[in-house]
Amino acid sequence: MIDIVSIASAIFLLVGSVFTLIGSIGIVRMPDVFTRLHAAGITDTLGAAGVLLGLALQAGFSLLLVKLLLMLVFLLLLNPTACHALARAALHGLRRPWMGLTHHD
Amino acid sequence: MTPSNTRSVLLGTLLSALWLMLSGHWNVRLLLLGLLSVVVTVWMARRMGIDDAEGLPVQQLPRLIAYLPWLARAVVASNIDVARCVVTPSLPIEPVTVRVHADQKTAVGRVVYANSITLTPGTITLEVEENSIEVHALTGEGARDLCTNEMGRRVTACEAL
Repeated sequence: MIDIVSIASAIFLLVGSVFTLIGSIGIVRMPDVFTRLHAAGITDTLGAAGVLLGLALQAGFSLLLVKLLLMLVFLLLLNPTACHALARAALHGLRRPWMGLTHHD
Repeated sequence: MTPSNTRSVLLGTLLSALWLMLSGHWNVRLLLLGLLSVVVTVWMARRMGIDDAEGLPVQQLPRLIAYLPWLARAVVASNIDVARCVVTPSLPIEPVTVRVHADQKTAVGRVVYANSITLTPGTITLEVEENSIEVHALTGEGARDLCTNEMGRRVTACEAL
């Protein structure tokens, strides 16, 4: 049975998966810890939101829906905090941010 | 009721709602256990002094919720920008660190601003200071967007002291 909700759910899941994949590719391609965190940010936001909202559409009005939305809320609150903690730790561990191959002195 | 008691009642109500939604059980024995855990949590929060304006920003909450749609749009837009950088073969990034002004008066406001910056892909909060935030940006464009301070102004508007 194909209805609007299933199609919307599929689109959300697809968008979430594509952005998770792009985020993962970014983590491999980026040159240093700070730029890699930017790529991980894609997975954390649109990737996670797409997959969780896609699943929420399939859950219907139930406790499962509430739990999925709560997961999203906690992810969106905790991920930036953890990301900042990582970046700050890297900076205090004297990692100099990569500024490109050419120096602008 | 004193402000502190009002806040405890509100915290208890929120925790009870959370417990009910997460458990889904409605028999008396489990409900009593849930009530007990809510009471203990509220009591501990009071003892630790974390049920204050910082731990439960009641006044700012409606405005913060009204800020979310704008934030969501900004997050989606910057997601697409960073994703485009990642899939472009030449990897067109020019990382910079900038210091942006943060005129939020409350700690909650500064945390919301700093987390909004980090949540938006392409910009990460490195350091939060008294009235400024040090940011690592993936591209100069991302840094310039931040320097327009639109996000900062919107967060400040949420404080409404």
